[in-house]
Amino acid sequence: MSLGALFFVVAALGLIAWFVARARAVAFRTGRRERFSALPGHHGAFVALWTMLPPLIFLAIWWFTSPALVTDAVIGTAAAANLPPPGFERAAILSEARNLSRGEAFGAFHDLSELLAPAYAAAQSRYDWIATALAALLAFAGFAFAYARVRPTFAARSQVERIVMVLLLLASLIAILTTVGIVASLVFESARFFSIVPVTDFLFGTHWSPQVIDPRDPGASLGAVPLFWGTFFIGAVIAMAVAIPFGLMSAIYLTQYARPSTRRWMKPVLEVLAGVPTVVYGYFAALTVAPAVRDFAVSIGVSWASSESALAAGLVMGVMIIPFVSSMADDSLAAVPNSMRDGSLAMGATPSETIRKVLVPAALPGIVGGVLLAVSRAIGETMIVVMAASGVAQLTLNPFASTTTVTKQIVDLLTGEAEFDSAKTLAAFALGLTLFVVTLLLNIFALIVVKRYREAYD
Amino acid sequence: MTQKITAHDVNVFYGEKQAIRQVSIDIDQEDVTAFIGPSGCGKSTFLRTLNRMNDTVASARVEGDIRLDGEDIYSKDMDVVQLRARVGMVFQKPNPFPKSIYENVAYGPRIHGLASGKSEMDAIVEQSLTRAGLWAEVKDRLSDSGTALSGGQQQRLCIARAIAVDPEVILMDEPCSALDPIATARIEELIHDLRGRYAIVIVTHNMQQAARVSQKTAFFHLGELVEYGDTNDIFTNPREPRTTDYITGRYG
Amino acid sequence: MTDRAPTDWRTDAMRRRIVRRYGAERRFRMFGLGAIILSAGFLAFLIVTMVMQGAAGFTETRVSLPIDFAAAELTVTPEQLRGDRGNLALAGAGLEGVVDGAAGAAFAQQGGAELLSDGAWLRVRDTLKANPGMLRGRTAIDVPVATDIDVAYKGDGTPEAEQVVAALGDRLSRGLNRDFFGNADATDPTRVGIWGALKGSLLTMFVTLILAFPIGVLSALYLEEYAPKNRWTDLIEVSINNLAAVPSIIFGLLGLAVFLGTFGLPRSAPIVGGLTLALMTMPVIVIAGRNAIKAVPPSIRDAALGIGASPVQVVFHHVLPLALPGILTGTIIGMARALGETAPLLMIGMRAFIAAPPEGLTDPATVLPVQIFLWSDEVARGFVEKTSAAIIVLLVFLLAMNGVAIYLRNRFETRW
Repeated sequence: MSLGALFFVVAALGLIAWFVARARAVAFRTGRRERFSALPGHHGAFVALWTMLPPLIFLAIWWFTSPALVTDAVIGTAAAANLPPPGFERAAILSEARNLSRGEAFGAFHDLSELLAPAYAAAQSRYDWIATALAALLAFAGFAFAYARVRPTFAARSQVERIVMVLLLLASLIAILTTVGIVASLVFESARFFSIVPVTDFLFGTHWSPQVIDPRDPGASLGAVPLFWGTFFIGAVIAMAVAIPFGLMSAIYLTQYARPSTRRWMKPVLEVLAGVPTVVYGYFAALTVAPAVRDFAVSIGVSWASSESALAAGLVMGVMIIPFVSSMADDSLAAVPNSMRDGSLAMGATPSETIRKVLVPAALPGIVGGVLLAVSRAIGETMIVVMAASGVAQLTLNPFASTTTVTKQIVDLLTGEAEFDSAKTLAAFALGLTLFVVTLLLNIFALIVVKRYREAYD
Repeated sequence: MTQKITAHDVNVFYGEKQAIRQVSIDIDQEDVTAFIGPSGCGKSTFLRTLNRMNDTVASARVEGDIRLDGEDIYSKDMDVVQLRARVGMVFQKPNPFPKSIYENVAYGPRIHGLASGKSEMDAIVEQSLTRAGLWAEVKDRLSDSGTALSGGQQQRLCIARAIAVDPEVILMDEPCSALDPIATARIEELIHDLRGRYAIVIVTHNMQQAARVSQKTAFFHLGELVEYGDTNDIFTNPREPRTTDYITGRYG
Repeated sequence: MTDRAPTDWRTDAMRRRIVRRYGAERRFRMFGLGAIILSAGFLAFLIVTMVMQGAAGFTETRVSLPIDFAAAELTVTPEQLRGDRGNLALAGAGLEGVVDGAAGAAFAQQGGAELLSDGAWLRVRDTLKANPGMLRGRTAIDVPVATDIDVAYKGDGTPEAEQVVAALGDRLSRGLNRDFFGNADATDPTRVGIWGALKGSLLTMFVTLILAFPIGVLSALYLEEYAPKNRWTDLIEVSINNLAAVPSIIFGLLGLAVFLGTFGLPRSAPIVGGLTLALMTMPVIVIAGRNAIKAVPPSIRDAALGIGASPVQVVFHHVLPLALPGILTGTIIGMARALGETAPLLMIGMRAFIAAPPEGLTDPATVLPVQIFLWSDEVARGFVEKTSAAIIVLLVFLLAMNGVAIYLRNRFETRW
């Protein structure tokens, strides 16, 4: 049986177990009206969980391990004696044979695949039977164990609740697992990269051209400083030059001037701006904004302006970040006690004087924290720069020149045809690690700033 | 006179802070017992130890010996869920579930499996609402939300909800403090009617109320039980000078 | 110490000053309004641009092609056309050649078969299957034209194509492009469709939802209701808050290294995309869920505990149902974000050219945003309107999801 079918069989067994155990528990309570520590449903759930969980856990592990077991079995057969040594070709033949045996492919590129396909089918069906048998065994063992415990005095409810609590705890551990997974995969691949390219070359080198890597000195063309500069220039300078004034002024207008009715429909409009997928912004930047920026540059005399300029990508990114800055500034302004504003207005200051001289300075730490979060989001943003920025890394201050960013390079490095272990693909992970660390630090720092600020007015 | 609850040398701590000191008290089955005292004196805290509602406060720690019908309620064998079914509670602010009136009352019997069918459940709901003096007012709109009732009705709904699980003791934590005088009078009448069927313990900051509804009164001050006795004696002839001061309104 | 002279508010200097201050006030206010209007204006500009470019993408240009089936001597009988075998029968009988021949005869001056879309003969095939009687005679069938003619007819073509359009005159017509909703990717812009990418998106979202929703809700419940205050809990909280702010491309790297590298799951498959996006969406659901759970007043918990509900019953009978609208709102917003996400899916290989809609969770697939990215890279002019049309479809989905979220928030939001 396939794993999917097995899953449903197990679920059905659980349902049956629930009914059987529940019926038995109902039989306890004939006649006397007495308080039991558990309802029949609890007994049912207890037995059903014991029936289902062991085989399900087994099947989950099996799902990850059985392909390797099947492949090992195939390699052990006589037909596999002619397989090439481990490597790309061997993997290709094996995967072709697997597809043939499942009927997912009709012809094979390698002759050997057709020979191996029957072996694959045989091994697969053998292991499927083993899985079915083991799952059934576990289900019945679990059922027997639990069913024997169904007695009037048995605290089925607290047992079920204990299992529920374990499930809840496991669910929340996924978050830690994900973090560990991210850090581990980034660090592991980066370590391999840094065994080829010295850390100092990568972090301080000013020449980036992964297209041509000199095998004797790979570090010479993998210096990431131009990428760091480009990322900073687009994400933290140009984008913020748009997002900070627009976001801040929008927040000020919405919180201080706009009537509640205006505010009610204006805020969602800004939120829509944040909900537009980045690929749409990227397309818009590449198709509309970038040519306009170039034409503008040419008209003011910059004849060599790039159609993949930093300015185009940065401008659109800034627009994308406006709602983010605006909502952070909104929260910060709202946290300033009303008494401060009243105090200023009562002295005869105009609203704008109150805002500029009292409210904004008071809310400044919160706003700064929000801007830092916005920067961290901007430098991690990928699609806009992938579509609108160039792949040419150069250290330049000119917004009309082409620059590239860390995220753009990660995409470029990993979507080429290079094999997985080359310095090129590993460099993407080193860039990813740098990006992860920088955004993490920015976030932590920003959250501390925002938290301090909130506490100041609580 | 049977002793429903006996408490002996009870101490309660919130973290480092001691909220209850060496309280010993016996609660009678047949009487309404009132806990009085100035705010912060620990009367509510002590009330909440009687059905282990303090377990929900992570920092709370209870020492001493509290028994319900001779069973140690803080022993490992005591199922706190069953304990709370036997010792029901009504809170300071009415807190009906945002469900229908019927569902509010039926919820407890359902989770404890007290009714085996719809008709039995209907009977429990009707009986509980009748005992809580609410049946006449709501019998035609049982499917309305419990939160749509007036404050006084909500509180009687909460009492009905507590009655529905067939408790032996009902704890009331200042049940009238959020109500107007007319609703308060209804609740007091109700307490009077329920007396004898359930052991009732009521915390109140209102001395007249304690005098009106209770047969026994315990006066708490700064976490200690100062004086405990018949309500008449406490109010007319207190033994302790602190009780006298409080009752005559010198502080509180 | 001498007393200050009383301020005279009526001096000219003072009056000028006040006028100046009010001027500054007005300007400041205008700046604010301007910022909002410009932001909203950008949104409007973006949407209008996409709609204007994309609307044409939903239509196709057809040319009336006369074909004499009787003379073409197709070795197919009308009976053979019924059912699924009809496609094979017509392809085997050389229908494509017949159509090309007919085009060569009818439009010799305009390039013959070059005038037609690669999919023109398929349209003829489907028409024949619907009307087998046509096999015996002469008839004219509207078939889609090649992309350069299509673009020219819609008003943005090369001079040569414009001439062809002028020469054909009213033999050209315009109609709804049904293939756009039924096909997958193709090399000829007149034959591309979004159904393949849309189906890939739906499969991916399905995986994301069934993983992220239960895990997110259960973690939110655990952290908010049961978690003891200790180092482990803090670690979980810090992890979740940071995951919510990690750039999405990092999740792509994780998917590449762990799901493809370590577990050996298939490249380009919705299951891997769904897993990756689930990890990204889960923190969003946890954070929204915790806020919703926090908003349930403690008195409800006390009430349930007070009549003997166990902590698990309190949560599953009372807290969770009351928090559910808030949780669902957060989930929909998280799912909408996942639906628009591109970068992590590029990392796990969902950028391949996929010409057939995926049939299952492990088939190679692409998703809407990635399809938009791929088409935006195409040089052929016909792809511009298709890209914009796909963007419109994506935006409609996102707007619908956000609309449902806002509706839920307004309909079920309870103030306690």
